[in-house]
Amino acid sequence: MYAPQILIEAALNGLMTGAVYALIALGLTLVYGVLHIINFAHGALLTVAMFAVWGAFALFHLDPYLAMIGIVPLMFGLGYGLQRFVIGPASHGSDNNVLLVTLGLSIVLENALLALFRSDTRALDSDAALQVIELGPLLLSTPRLIGFAASLAVTGLLWLVLNRTDTGRAIRAVAREKLGARLVGIEVDHVYAVTFGIGCACLAVAACLLMPTYYVNPRSGAAFVLVAFTIVVLGGMGSIAGALVGGLIIGVVESFSGLLLGDSLGQIGIFLIFILVLLVRPTGLFGARA
Amino acid sequence: MSARDLLPVILALAVLAALPFLGLSGSVLNFLVTTLIIALAGLGWNVLGGFGGQYSFGHAAFFGTGAYATAILQMKLGFNAWAALGAGIGLGALTGLAIGYLSFRAGLRGSYFALVTLAFAEVFRILANSADFTGGAAGLLLPLRPGLATLQFADRRFFYLLVLAFVGLALLASRWLERSRFGAHLIAVRENEEAARALGVDALAVKLRAIALSAAITAAAGGLYVQSFLYLDAGVAYGTWISVEALLAPIVGGIGTAFGPLVGALALQGLGEVTKHLAGGIPGVDLVVFGACLIAVIAFAPQGLLGLRRRRARAERAVTVGA
Repeated sequence: MYAPQILIEAALNGLMTGAVYALIALGLTLVYGVLHIINFAHGALLTVAMFAVWGAFALFHLDPYLAMIGIVPLMFGLGYGLQRFVIGPASHGSDNNVLLVTLGLSIVLENALLALFRSDTRALDSDAALQVIELGPLLLSTPRLIGFAASLAVTGLLWLVLNRTDTGRAIRAVAREKLGARLVGIEVDHVYAVTFGIGCACLAVAACLLMPTYYVNPRSGAAFVLVAFTIVVLGGMGSIAGALVGGLIIGVVESFSGLLLGDSLGQIGIFLIFILVLLVRPTGLFGARA
Repeated sequence: MSARDLLPVILALAVLAALPFLGLSGSVLNFLVTTLIIALAGLGWNVLGGFGGQYSFGHAAFFGTGAYATAILQMKLGFNAWAALGAGIGLGALTGLAIGYLSFRAGLRGSYFALVTLAFAEVFRILANSADFTGGAAGLLLPLRPGLATLQFADRRFFYLLVLAFVGLALLASRWLERSRFGAHLIAVRENEEAARALGVDALAVKLRAIALSAAITAAAGGLYVQSFLYLDAGVAYGTWISVEALLAPIVGGIGTAFGPLVGALALQGLGEVTKHLAGGIPGVDLVVFGACLIAVIAFAPQGLLGLRRRRARAERAVTVGA
C-alpha cells in the first residue's frame, strides 16, 4: 500500500494538472458547442502556442506569465483567420470535411514545426519551475498552483463572457439556432471565427501556464489532443462546467494510473475511459441531449 | 462482374507488373514496394470510409495487428510465413469486427467514430510498447532467411510482384463492391442509414461486414510491410502515420472508387519523394505537403484526382452538346 501522503500528493497534483487540461478542453468544447465540429487541429495549435512561449523566453527572456499579454491576442487572431479563411471555406459546410480539413491543418502545423525546430525537446531555462510551497507535510509546485488558480479564473471569465456580453449572447444564439441567428442579423461566419479565436486564446493561456513546468517538441500537442477529447466527451460536448469537472477528473485519473501502472502504461487509463464513455454514455456526464 | 469491369484492373496491373523489369534501381523499386503497401492499406480504408462513409482515424489498429501477428507467429511459434500472413489477415478482420461491433452498436458515427478508432489504435500502441511478446519498446527483428517459405526473395522484384498481387485482389474486391448487392447496401447506408433501414437493409450487419473486409485488407498491408522491412515496433505498427496514410490515399485519389487509393498513393508518395529530394533532408517537409494536399483536395476537388478527370470529361461533353 502507498502512504497516505503520497496518495494525497498524487490527488493534488492530478487536480492541478487537470485544471490546465480543462482549460485546453474549454476551447474544444466551445468550438463543438457552436460549430458542431471537432477541431482536430486543437493539439497542434497548442504546440504552436507553446513554441511561442518558448520563443519569447529564449529570444527576449520574457517571463511566460508576462508573455500571455502578447500571445493570447496573437493566438486569437490566428484562430479567427484559420476559421474564416481556411476551415470555413474549405469544408463546404460538411462535418466530415471539417474533420478532414482540421486533420490536414494539424499535419501541416505539426510538421512545419518539425521542419523549423527539429524533433528536439525544449524547456524554459529558468529556476521558476523548481519553486515549491510547503503546505504542512506537503510540497506543492508553485507554477502548477498558479496554473490551477489561473485556469479556474479563466473558466469563470469565459462563463461571464458567454452569459453577460453581447458577443457571448451572439455565440449562444448561433449555437442554439443558426438560421434564426442569421435572420436577426447576426453574422454567423464572424461568430464562428470569433468562437474559434476564443478557443485558440484559451490554448494560449494554457501554453503560458504549462511551459514553466513542461517541455515542448513538435509532437507535444498530440499527447494532449486525445486527453482533451476525453474531457470534452466525459463532460458533455459543449458544456463549460462539464469541461472543468471532466478536466479535474481526468487529471486525477492520470495521476493515479501513472502511480499504479508506471509512466508508459499509465496513459492507457485515459484512453480506456474515453472509449468507455463513448460506448456507454456518449452524451457525457453533463450532456442531457445527444 | 463483366469483362468490361475487369479490363481496367488487368490493364493497371499489367503496367505496374512491367515496371520492375525496365531496369529500375534498387531504391526506386523499394519506393514502389512501399507505395503499393500504402495503396493496399488505402484500399482497405476505402472499403469502410469510401464505400461505407465511416471515416476511421485508426486503421493503424488493423495494420499493426496484421504486422505483429505475421512477425510473432513466425518468430515465436515457427509458423511458415504464408500461414503467418494469412493468420495476420484473419486476426486483423477479427479486430475490425470487435471494434466495429462495439462502436456501431453504440451508434457512433462521424467524428465520434473517427475518435474512437483513433483511441483504439492508441491503446494497442501503448500495450504493444509495454508487452513482452511484442518485444516492447525495442521492437522485433525478423531474421533474414531468403526462401519461398519465408516470403523473402533474393530478387526484390518477386516481392514487388507479390505485393502487386495483393493490390490486384483488393482492386477486384473494390470493383465487386461497386457492382454487387452488398456494395449497393453499403452505399445506401452511407447515403442515408435511416432510409436504408426502412427499406429492409440490416445496417449493422452491412457495416460489420464492411469493417471486417476493410480491416483484413489493411492487415495484409501490415503483414507485407513487416515482411518487407523485417523490423517492427509499436510506433511503426500502431502509429498515427499509417492511419493518416491509409485515409489520405483514397481521399486524394478519389474516395469511394476502386482506383482512387492506388492513384492517390502513387501521386502522394511520388510528390513526397520529390519534396524530400528538393528540401534536402529537412524532416517533415513531405508531410507538410501531404497535409496541404488534403486541405486543397477537400476545398477544390472533393471527388479527388479521379473526380477531376470525370468533371473535365463532363464539361467537355457539355461544351460539345452546347455547340
